[in-house]
Amino acid sequence: MITVLHEQRASPLPRASADGDALWLERDDIEQATGWSWKPQGLCHGDVCVPLPHGAAGQAIVRGDSLDIAALWRHMGNPVVHDADGSAWVLGSGSAQRAGALATLEAPDFSLPDLDGQSHRLSDYRGKKVFLATWASW
Amino acid sequence: MWQALFDELKDRDFVILAVAMDQPDAARPWVEAALPAYPCLIDRDHHVADLYGLVNVPQAIWIDESGRIVRPPETAGSTDGFRSMDRTRFTLPDEVVAERNRIKALYLDALRDWAQRGAQSRHALNEATVVARLKPAEPAIAIAHAHFRLGQHLLREGRTELAQEHFAQAIQLHPDSWNIWRQTAAKDARGLAAGPEFWARVDALGDRPYYDPVAIDGPARPT
Repeated sequence: MITVLHEQRASPLPRASADGDALWLERDDIEQATGWSWKPQGLCHGDVCVPLPHGAAGQAIVRGDSLDIAALWRHMGNPVVHDADGSAWVLGSGSAQRAGALATLEAPDFSLPDLDGQSHRLSDYRGKKVFLATWASW
Repeated sequence: MWQALFDELKDRDFVILAVAMDQPDAARPWVEAALPAYPCLIDRDHHVADLYGLVNVPQAIWIDESGRIVRPPETAGSTDGFRSMDRTRFTLPDEVVAERNRIKALYLDALRDWAQRGAQSRHALNEATVVARLKPAEPAIAIAHAHFRLGQHLLREGRTELAQEHFAQAIQLHPDSWNIWRQTAAKDARGLAAGPEFWARVDALGDRPYYDPVAIDGPARPT
């Protein structure tokens, strides 16, 4: 079983397969794991579509209804890391994307649990001034 | 840590979200001892650090009523004073303590001013100033966070050795992150990553800060 980690999602995907640095996902698994949809025009999220590479490079990452999402993810400028046996993969977010999101000054949204397991979403606090502060026991 | 401030300001459309860069079990005794009335969130995967480019605690971001950042990620009132600690007696010179308290008070006064006056506060920075203070994108940092995320996942699966390998890569790729190093380093009986290796890393900073200096305008520094 392969688990794909993306942002705060962790998706166990029984149909996924890995081969070295390639991670083959079926169409609906891509959407479940990343929120991006594989469409004829490319990999899409909201209004944004990233076309697959042209020519042989593009053909090499498609096998029927599966896509080597790791190759496309790297092509998009995002980090991909996986464990030694290819059973856990992180499809990360690149520094340009992170910096670009911050530069809009819209506070990036997230949802995290408290110790009772209740989740809190930053955007739930719209209408209040939020002092977002980190700490740690260490 | 912020409870007194929260009690004072909670009726001003002001909320504190405390985010622990920590494992739940490590954070729990602290939260249960303090029982803060504001939400204490647990971010074991350092997702907020990844999103906001955070490297240490305490760091803070001020976000206004419409979800806009009015102060970028910055040191939340702490100073590098601890670097002059007597490492056998754990004491600080009086003048260092005084300066540390002065900076902390300056930061809290600024936070109070913003909570009370919102956009009218001079401490709510204009957009150009916030943007200018953001750190530039560094590809290695994004890769480091991906390794840290994978390491945390492997740790939860009991694959400790492999997790440590990915933590080591995260530390190597993002050496400025004390969040990553201290959470994954060996802890002493107090739960602190504050042994010789910590001090060696602090000493290796040389002239570079552990905490970026607090950039709050205030009264002139006493001479």
